Amino acid sequence: MKPAVKAFLFTVLTSWTIVSGSASQCDSLTLLRQAPTKAQAQKNVYKGNGEALLAGKKLFLRHCAECHGEDSKGTEDAPSLQSAAIRSAPPGALVWFLKNGNLRRGMPSWSRLPEQQLWQIVTHLQQ
Amino acid sequence: VSPNVVVGSSKGVNTFAGSWLELEYGAKAWWTTEFYLEGQSTSHDSTVFTGFRTEHRFRVLAQEHRLNPVLYIEFEDINGANKTLKEFVGFDSKDDQAVLNAEARQERKREIETKLILSSDFKAWNVSENLIAEKNLQQGTWEFGYAVGLSRPLRLAATAKACVLCRENFNAGLEAYGGTGTWHDLTLHDTSHYIAPTVAWNFPNGTTFKISTAFGLTNNSHQRLVRFGISHEISRFDRRVKEWFR
Repeated sequence: MKPAVKAFLFTVLTSWTIVSGSASQCDSLTLLRQAPTKAQAQKNVYKGNGEALLAGKKLFLRHCAECHGEDSKGTEDAPSLQSAAIRSAPPGALVWFLKNGNLRRGMPSWSRLPEQQLWQIVTHLQQ
Repeated sequence: VSPNVVVGSSKGVNTFAGSWLELEYGAKAWWTTEFYLEGQSTSHDSTVFTGFRTEHRFRVLAQEHRLNPVLYIEFEDINGANKTLKEFVGFDSKDDQAVLNAEARQERKREIETKLILSSDFKAWNVSENLIAEKNLQQGTWEFGYAVGLSRPLRLAATAKACVLCRENFNAGLEAYGGTGTWHDLTLHDTSHYIAPTVAWNFPNGTTFKISTAFGLTNNSHQRLVRFGISHEISRFDRRVKEWFR
């Protein structure tokens, strides 16, 4: 086998093994419960802030609605976010989950968004 | 989908515009695959197609860490007239772009390029370090290079109103890149290095416009490289393709 082919196969297999192993079979709600205590304890400084609520809705429509639906009730690709589990989750855990995503299940990491915008999205989700 | 252009100018080298069309597909949340078609146009010379490349990026760790590694592997089948200057490795020099197209395109390069990309997010700053290793599959030794960059949105919290020209849609940053010699001669001497301020403008519809001006720091570097790029993300591309065939 040529070295280039070997290098390619090595990269694919190593990445797949690490990603699948570390994510295990966790679903998103299980991952949410596994958020670090420090993250879970964080308070949402935007709670009750009307401007942040509107900004969160704008961000949701821009980044999340394609998969979760404009009304956030879910599509065939992603679950509904209008659930008691989301509304009652610690907001810091939701921000932690948005940052990390659930790569194994197709939920991307949104760490490229500033933390303030993640909190605004969570404010919208938990209204 | 992302068309890009780099315009290079320096003494003793005809001004040129290297261009490439990048098609990227997010196969999985942890794996993206890209295909590039490349060409260039040189003043007082000609316009030529210079080849293609294909690459894969694998996000190694499932969760966010201080350093988030991405493995990158690329195969390129290009000719010596290629002037896209996507990266600098080994002893790449501005003199490489002084050769006439008719002569340069006779050289065929089948190369493999690997990168370890380390990315970190720290207080809204994104910091990225790329370690690059490239090898011509037919001849030569491994060549090395680097690229580092940091960027930050101009405003962290989003505004309530829909807007196009507001600060939250702009990212500003600084990049530095260059070659670091070869396997047998790891050095900064006789290599080219650049520093480049960058600005990215993200439109609400998923289109991003990027521009950067790179300034050469050594005698082997071009005086200036101006890069323009537009990218547009087509969401749920797989589902759209399925719908076409229903």
